[in-house]
Amino acid sequence: MSILAQQNLRELQALLESGACSSRDIVTSVAEQIQTVDGDIHAYLEADTEAALVEADAADARRAQGEKGPLLGIPVAIKDLLNVKGQSCRCASKLLEGFVSPYDATSVAKLRQAGAIPFGRVNMDEFAMGASTEHSAYGVTRNPWNLEHVSGGSSGGSAAAVAAHTAIVSLGSDTGGSVRQPASFCGCVGLKPSYGRVSRYGLTAFASSLDQVGVLSKTVADAADTLSVVAGHDPRDTTSDPIGVPDYAAALGEDLKGMKIGIAEEFFGEGVDPEVAASVRKAIDHCVSLGAEPVAVQFPHLKYAVSIYYILAPAEASVNLSRFDGIRYGNRVEADDPVSMMCKTRDAHLGDEVKRRILLGTYVLSSGYYDAYYVKALKARALIKQDFDKVYEQCDVLMSPVAPTTAYKIGAGAQDPLAMYLGDICTIPSNLSGGCGLSVPCGFSQAGLPIGLQILGPAFAEERILRAGHAFEQSTDWHLKQPGSFS
Amino acid sequence: MPYLPTIGLETHVQLNTQTKIWCGCKVDSSSEPNTNICPVCMGYPGSLPVLNAEAVRKTVQTGLLLGCKIGLRSKHDRKSYFYPDMPKNYQITQFDEPLCLGGSLEIEVNGKKKVVQINRIHLEEDVGKSTHLRGASGVDYNRAGTPLMEIVTEPDLHSEDEAFAYLTALKRILEYGGVSHCNLERGNIRCDVNVSVAEEGSEVLGTKAEIKNMNTFRGVHRAAAYEIKRQIRALETGTPLIQETRRWEDDQGVTTSMRSKEDAHDYRYFPDPDLAVIRLTEAQVEAWRADLPELPEAKRKRFMSELGLPEYDAGVLVADVEVAHYFETVVAATEGNAKAASNWVMTEVMRVLSESGESASRFKISAAALGKLILMVEKKTINNSKAKEVFSVMLEEGGEPETIVKEKGWVQVSDSSALEGFVTQVIAENPSVVDDYRGGKGAALQFLMGQVMKLSRGKANPKMVLELLKEMLA
Ligand SMILES: [Zn+2]
Repeated sequence: MSILAQQNLRELQALLESGACSSRDIVTSVAEQIQTVDGDIHAYLEADTEAALVEADAADARRAQGEKGPLLGIPVAIKDLLNVKGQSCRCASKLLEGFVSPYDATSVAKLRQAGAIPFGRVNMDEFAMGASTEHSAYGVTRNPWNLEHVSGGSSGGSAAAVAAHTAIVSLGSDTGGSVRQPASFCGCVGLKPSYGRVSRYGLTAFASSLDQVGVLSKTVADAADTLSVVAGHDPRDTTSDPIGVPDYAAALGEDLKGMKIGIAEEFFGEGVDPEVAASVRKAIDHCVSLGAEPVAVQFPHLKYAVSIYYILAPAEASVNLSRFDGIRYGNRVEADDPVSMMCKTRDAHLGDEVKRRILLGTYVLSSGYYDAYYVKALKARALIKQDFDKVYEQCDVLMSPVAPTTAYKIGAGAQDPLAMYLGDICTIPSNLSGGCGLSVPCGFSQAGLPIGLQILGPAFAEERILRAGHAFEQSTDWHLKQPGSFS
Repeated sequence: MPYLPTIGLETHVQLNTQTKIWCGCKVDSSSEPNTNICPVCMGYPGSLPVLNAEAVRKTVQTGLLLGCKIGLRSKHDRKSYFYPDMPKNYQITQFDEPLCLGGSLEIEVNGKKKVVQINRIHLEEDVGKSTHLRGASGVDYNRAGTPLMEIVTEPDLHSEDEAFAYLTALKRILEYGGVSHCNLERGNIRCDVNVSVAEEGSEVLGTKAEIKNMNTFRGVHRAAAYEIKRQIRALETGTPLIQETRRWEDDQGVTTSMRSKEDAHDYRYFPDPDLAVIRLTEAQVEAWRADLPELPEAKRKRFMSELGLPEYDAGVLVADVEVAHYFETVVAATEGNAKAASNWVMTEVMRVLSESGESASRFKISAAALGKLILMVEKKTINNSKAKEVFSVMLEEGGEPETIVKEKGWVQVSDSSALEGFVTQVIAENPSVVDDYRGGKGAALQFLMGQVMKLSRGKANPKMVLELLKEMLA
């Protein structure tokens, strides 16, 4: 019998329910697992076990009062850009060193309400800018399947923690693939809900029109259960949608019979590793064998997705990050006058990738360039949405690779930011359209690194992608494979 | 060569909403520094703005009062510049789709009326307040996030007097609209003044200078006058003018250069992705229109037509919205005796207010109490001069007029037999004056009248006394 930390959310829930273990036992087991393996992985920036145990006892007390719930008593690892009252929220940046958040993000408040325990700050690329967690100011997070390789990003800490069983589930954020790609690289499940499904209040903004809080978990059912807790309209976030939250767990029961799966060849184009393409096609075939119906669809504007994204996201980011100036909170470099203080602070404490994107974004918003870049990119964004609209007229979900490759070696992407940006081509479109997306383990490369299947759906059709992902997962055993050193 | 100055004004008006524009913090400039703040108005990571609906209503209602076209679709944009008093280092404002477009305001300068065209009104957030402490700087963020309306005129004003008249008229509308406290000392109204001068008849405007952040109307008047003179002198001497931002140095009475156009910021406006586009319906706007308060001009006309006040009275009473409100409440409490109410408010009330400098809404004697007092005069319970004494008592000590009159024993004597006694006594005691009166000296009657009042200790009904005297001396 494996340790508690190796169980998934539903298994632990059953154990808690039966009284076989307590929330305190689970937190203790997770803390021990962190102690054992996180030295190698470095998924955690911080984990206050004592505080978590106090909350675990409170959760156990709630259970003793007869309370139930999918996340009651479960520790959840929080990506370092979500605010948790009383915890640091550094966004893996030197600039926010020493910052302690005075408030809970709405998603975190909902976790607490459900009796979950926000336990630990997990690593990421600084301010979520990057796809490998190499851009954290606090060191890289290594891939549990091969420590020489990246964990993906920007939610690399979240994915690696789940894969290494140092977390049961984790909240991340997905702006251009930041939940799905690390899930694919680390062999776990990554769910990016539709834009507006989960409140962004308390999620440190990277690109406000694209950001969405997401879930990393060991199974699709775990992701569904976690989403059911954090989803829903929030009066503090006017971009959160008032649409009701369906019963995601109920959607999991259905099989794939009659589901139309769209396949767009554009997603298997140049740059997609043949091993990855083969695994994903095999996964789709498997779905067809389960009763799904394949439909060939077109996605003519996919080739523009990366360019659109790398105009809009930096534009929004350049302004979102203006507030980090060392005046009201965070790290500061003193100077004679306030303006030079802000300049010196930002120069000293922001990383190169963040500076690169601020420069890019500042440029495209500058007078004289605004129409040529920003406005044009907005128009092109509408074309991506139009492609999706046409696709979903013909099928229920779209299946594709998550990332063109498996996790690459640490340092391999550093020389060529453009190549790294191109790695987001399959995930970016659903951020641009506001739809939902899921990454499910679907195979391994020759080198033993995980491959993910991406299942995309229209806005607020999470039930559909969860149903497909769950049916696929339950009839395969990819999700049961464990990284060698931790099984 | 004659020159024509041109002035455009950008007036920032703090709205008097309960809470800030994006968060639930109280709007209150009198609190201790940094007490009305939260993650939203402090620009903390992850915080998001939620638009205050009250601020939208007040801006739209201001637009309706100024005859603007209301944008049924409008949006907010981010304006980027780094400054410590701005928590996010961008200001959320409205760039190209403001709530209100067009509009106008009538002003009067030296007896001549003129209509000033308004370009737009948009809704934005105020910033914090920087202060320089010994050896350090401090910022108070209580003000950050106060809803701020920016009312922009066309370059339509041609003298400092017109600028002054515009601001005075605008303030009166804002007060009537109930949208701002309009307290200049507290910075509720601040103004940027754009001044240029061109040769008379020129098709194009001259090079403009923008004088930033004026917070008194007098200051605007002086700064505009100075700037017009400065620019005319430059044109006359052939000194080139540059487009620039200037600062008004109040103690020296001059403007000085802050920065030229070359150093101007690129604000990099773009739509705020955190906020939805504002969509108003015609029905909503019409409901807000129906809810608009009455403007001074309409009120003045109504005071004349409905209440029968003379033009002079009506004009005096509507000049200050609070006085007008006070007056109307008094009228209601006097069963509609508007002229008596007007006399009391214009003389007694306004005299006390101008001495103390307080506003009518905080006047010590409530309008209802004053109404009762006036009614007592009308019903001849007391006479006018005693009423003035009651007024003084109410002012000093408070209390209801009926109680005061009862306690002081000031009820007017209107009982004719009692009055006859007083009159008979006075006639008997003043034979020579009686002879004077009978001999044709009208003034003698006034003396006799005074004697009767004295005898009654001021309580006699003067009208009845006069009649009795005439009757008994006839
Ligand atoms: Zn606030």
